[in-house]
Amino acid sequence: MKKQLLKEFIKGIVKENPTFVLMLGLCPTLAVSTSLSNAVGMGIAATFVLLGSNIIIAYIKDLIPERVRIPCYIVVIATFVTITEMTMKAYSPALDRALGLYVPLIVVNCIVLGRAEAYASKQNIFNSLMDALGMGLGFTLALILIAGIREALGFGRLFNYLIVKGFEPVVMIGLPAGALLVIGLLLGFFNLIGSYKE
Amino acid sequence: MKMPDKLLVSTSPHIYKKDSVGRIMWLVNLSLLPGGIAGVYIFGLDALRVIVLGVVTAVLSEALLQKLTKRKISILDGSAFLTGLLLAYNLPPNVPFWIPVAGSFFAIAIGKQVFGGLGQNIFNPALAGRVFLMASWPKYMTTFVLPFNCDGVTGATPLAMLKEGKGIEALSYLDLFLGRRGGCIGEVCIAVLLLGAAFLLIRGIISWHIPVSYLATAAISTWVFGAQGFFSGDWLFHLLSGGLILGAFFMATDYVTSPLTKKGQLIFGVGCGLLTAIIRLWGGYPEGVSYAILIMNAATPIIDRYTKNRIYGAK
Repeated sequence: MKKQLLKEFIKGIVKENPTFVLMLGLCPTLAVSTSLSNAVGMGIAATFVLLGSNIIIAYIKDLIPERVRIPCYIVVIATFVTITEMTMKAYSPALDRALGLYVPLIVVNCIVLGRAEAYASKQNIFNSLMDALGMGLGFTLALILIAGIREALGFGRLFNYLIVKGFEPVVMIGLPAGALLVIGLLLGFFNLIGSYKE
Repeated sequence: MKMPDKLLVSTSPHIYKKDSVGRIMWLVNLSLLPGGIAGVYIFGLDALRVIVLGVVTAVLSEALLQKLTKRKISILDGSAFLTGLLLAYNLPPNVPFWIPVAGSFFAIAIGKQVFGGLGQNIFNPALAGRVFLMASWPKYMTTFVLPFNCDGVTGATPLAMLKEGKGIEALSYLDLFLGRRGGCIGEVCIAVLLLGAAFLLIRGIISWHIPVSYLATAAISTWVFGAQGFFSGDWLFHLLSGGLILGAFFMATDYVTSPLTKKGQLIFGVGCGLLTAIIRLWGGYPEGVSYAILIMNAATPIIDRYTKNRIYGAK
């Protein structure tokens, strides 16, 4: 039982990483990965929402009729996003301003709805909990990787500190076009590593 | 000698021509040489440094990437040389050394090799590199040195002056034609560019369809819409300034990224001309050639699809 739970947790980080393998939630990834602090903040917020929604949906899955399941999941997810947004506005308003519209947009983040639909609605609470943690951590790590590259190359900073003096940042990487480029190249790199393992 | 080496078995038509990818590419490089020489004459040795850096980086990047991906190293076919050369011709002469290096590497790596190498790319690699540089370091890409001066005095290019609406009376058409103006290394001396273009046209390496339709459309559009009243735009100024001649003859005619049929090429040229005029007259940038060609590169597959030749015997 414990081994099974651990497996559900680990798979969200590498084998089924939501950004690089499942390719979910790319839109907020593009927008939020311009700086590491934004990335970490978004990752934590999304993980919290995932956790809450996965647990609740796993709990009430037998009560929801099949045909109205999506609106029901959205209501649950929206509740948690509202909690997250209010908490963020109260305790870290700077982060809330930086993330802007993308905090309420966690409601339609494909990772959250995707895991609710594909996993939490079919598995028990403990598995769903571990899956949420794993997916959230995988998403956060992916965001940190992308944001690290983009902030360093596109703005010449990491966590708002200047790294190298006199470095002319590659502005395009800080723009959305550069985000797609970075994600694409990382994806190719990970696929390459994956193909070596086989 | 083994017998199979003496027998060439192939289907008809049994035509033998000396053409190959390499031959064509090196002829294009040759035709671009006068443009570079003129650029170095007008802007000094800084221009030569940019050209050399651009070309060397392009060739080395292609060799490196082909080695890493275990493909055949094909740098001798002249296409990487051409990409580096065209990219360098699109840069101001006074850019720091790392600009042509970064741009060439991007042009070859992302503009060409990522798609699968020669023949597989959607966009003109040199223009992709130029647009990457423009988006990433706009300050360096829009500071132009004045011609024939050793002190690095910078000034506005003719198109930039036009965009801001001042001071173009000082330039004559002859100035624009001979290259006595600020601009990118390879685009300023129209005279020698036209010589190179004539060489390519006579040898049959490019056909007239794209350049003529491109230039004609750009001229007509700028004539009709280019000034306050209709039909009073200075179309000759527009034709002779910016990268229009360089783009129309050498970059829009790239085999890989332009349509296959003559009809398709005419459509392609018209599209490029319209977009160039629109960006120049009403867009935010003073020069629109690179974006116009890149957008039409993206439209090439659909142009090809709708201009398929009728197969003999089919309805």
